[in-house]
Amino acid sequence: MITARDAGLVACRRCTRVWPMGTEYCGRCGHEITSRHTKSLQRVWAWWMVGLACYVPANVLPMLHTRTLVMVDESTIIGGAAELAQHGNWGVAIVILVASVLIPMGKFAVIAALALGVRHGSQLSELRRQQLFEIVEYIGRWSMIDVFVVALLSSLVQLGALAAVAPGPASLYFALSVIFTMLSAQAFDSRLIWDPDTTVTHDEYQGAPERRAE
Amino acid sequence: MDSHPASGSEDTSDLIACPKCDALYRVVEPDPRERAVCARCHTVLIAPRARAGMQLIAISLTVVILVVAATIFPFLTIHIGGAWHSSSILDAALSFRGGTFYALALTVAALIVFFPVLRALLTLYVLVPVVFDRPPARGARAAFNLSESLRPWSMAEVFAIGCAVALVKVVDLADVEFGPAFYMFSSLVILVVVQDTFLCRYSVWKALEE
Repeated sequence: MITARDAGLVACRRCTRVWPMGTEYCGRCGHEITSRHTKSLQRVWAWWMVGLACYVPANVLPMLHTRTLVMVDESTIIGGAAELAQHGNWGVAIVILVASVLIPMGKFAVIAALALGVRHGSQLSELRRQQLFEIVEYIGRWSMIDVFVVALLSSLVQLGALAAVAPGPASLYFALSVIFTMLSAQAFDSRLIWDPDTTVTHDEYQGAPERRAE
Repeated sequence: MDSHPASGSEDTSDLIACPKCDALYRVVEPDPRERAVCARCHTVLIAPRARAGMQLIAISLTVVILVVAATIFPFLTIHIGGAWHSSSILDAALSFRGGTFYALALTVAALIVFFPVLRALLTLYVLVPVVFDRPPARGARAAFNLSESLRPWSMAEVFAIGCAVALVKVVDLADVEFGPAFYMFSSLVILVVVQDTFLCRYSVWKALEE
């Protein structure tokens, strides 16, 4: 297996065309091209940390203000799920916990593991890590569901004195957290997974060792 | 294979590299119903379909019409006792009011209405001249680039699943009635998914090059 970089070429990730090394813009689609995004990992970590920072208030602050004739309720994501579970609605409670807690935490963990794997090597095969990355990229947008549900509920449940639902501040932080995590995943240059020589910190290393069999 | 092209770039025109893992290949155009897949990381590189262009034009037109209609007509209506309230998709997006919530309202409106429509319009702009054997439209490359960049941010189908979750939550509280926009949006979601599977990026870029 020979890579574009091995052949002294640089590939456009938008349209797959290849050009001689050093070309800055793809002649076919006009997209900016680099052989490897050298700042990729820094950007991944920057977005990752902002995303995680937003994820904390998203869980601590209330997601929904619910007001009915008999009560006023301000529930957090986890509080809302716990309440549903107490009312015997286990199915929905589990769905909410998986979608808003397990999947976001899993995304943070996987992105961190991939970024660390590039620097320090990994137990997992390249293909397995590539698949993990694709799952994170695919699942990222689906976390927006929570925000859309809040939007739908607060526009729909507007029944004057009877019942009203309004978005809580956590919805804003949750949306930001999802967006930053998506940007973090997008900043990751998956070609780094497949490079044999990036496990050494790239700044210190000048020569390119041929470590690969065949 | 590589004669080390110093200035001339013509030598590389029959090569492609996998965008995910950088593996280099000589292009072998697959037959319709075949796909060229990266041998190393299994990323689909080329997947042409016969008459895909025409189908994509039809789908994109439908998407534009459906989103505009679904945005105007009532989406869901709830009843509790004598009280009722209906809501359209725009109402849902604009339910975030006050202070920083306005930014969220704009973002949500962009994700569920504006970006899907924009992507469909850009697809039309790029594909119509190509499919009808005309020279590519002015700025077609920039248009297709923009459409591709917007792909992860166009979330109509995510919103549709969000509706299902919201319904589960409201059903205990009140009776829910589906408006015409609900069915429009449901069909829209299927079309958006089909649109993305039919589109062979390689073929489009190739067509824009010639």
